[in-house]
Amino acid sequence: MSPLQGCLLFSALLFATGFAGAVTRRHAILVLVGIELMLNAANLNLIAFWRFGPHPEALTGFIFVLFSMALAAAEAAVGLALVIAIYRHKRTSNLDEVKELKG
Amino acid sequence: MSTPLLITLVVTLLAAGTAMCLRNLVHSALMLAICFSGIAAVYLQLNAEFVGFTEILVYVGAIAILIVIAVLLTSSGETPEKSVLTSGWFAGAVVSVLVFTALGWAVLHSHVLASGNAPAPHITVKDVGDVLMTQYVLPLEIIALMLTAAMIGAVIIAYKEEPGTDTKPQTSTKEIPAASVSAYVAGKEGAQ
Repeated sequence: MSPLQGCLLFSALLFATGFAGAVTRRHAILVLVGIELMLNAANLNLIAFWRFGPHPEALTGFIFVLFSMALAAAEAAVGLALVIAIYRHKRTSNLDEVKELKG
Repeated sequence: MSTPLLITLVVTLLAAGTAMCLRNLVHSALMLAICFSGIAAVYLQLNAEFVGFTEILVYVGAIAILIVIAVLLTSSGETPEKSVLTSGWFAGAVVSVLVFTALGWAVLHSHVLASGNAPAPHITVKDVGDVLMTQYVLPLEIIALMLTAAMIGAVIIAYKEEPGTDTKPQTSTKEIPAASVSAYVAGKEGAQ
């Protein structure tokens, strides 16, 4: 197995772990954590392809990961703010207890 | 694959799996910090030092702490007695296993990926800065604008309304008894 394949398999496993957490857990914060893990797996894919690709000096995958990290940080901030706002309205942060749109 | 990289991958995966399985959310967030540190170590071993240190700065330093603060603000720090899984957790687990099977099959059966061990690129921070300031300066500015918008949005969403400015619940709680009293009085008068 080449190093590229090893990195891709690892990131596939990380993605599956994050996905399993996001779809099986009830708590909203754990769902956000799962989404963060999935984003990290995608970033790792980009870095692996940049490192073992034909033109690493072009820095495309590298820069893409930096921008993707900024997006992930913004997503985490807005997501956690939403969780806090829902908790203030409903007094719960379990996703299956938040069933209606009307506050 | 080298042995240090393999050890880092195993530790990272164990931390990620434990973070997804633990019942207590604070423990889960701490395991998540370990997992992010492991991913940063993987970046360092893949010759992407700048991304590795950015990962530590952004994920371990900011997002893990933000998650702990959110856990404390929603007062869900204690271990729940009820089930932590959704009702459809079995289907979700099956789907995630299927996702991993498909991805792993595709990775292992591609003859493009199996070829070659490229020489390590030498990228300095100066190179990254050069590219960011010339070729990618427009995306950089857009990301800056988006981060500002996301920060303002997060503050507005999580902002606690003052009791005086929050008019809707008060008028509804005051008007409904008044209306029902007048309807009751009108009904009584109609009966008399």
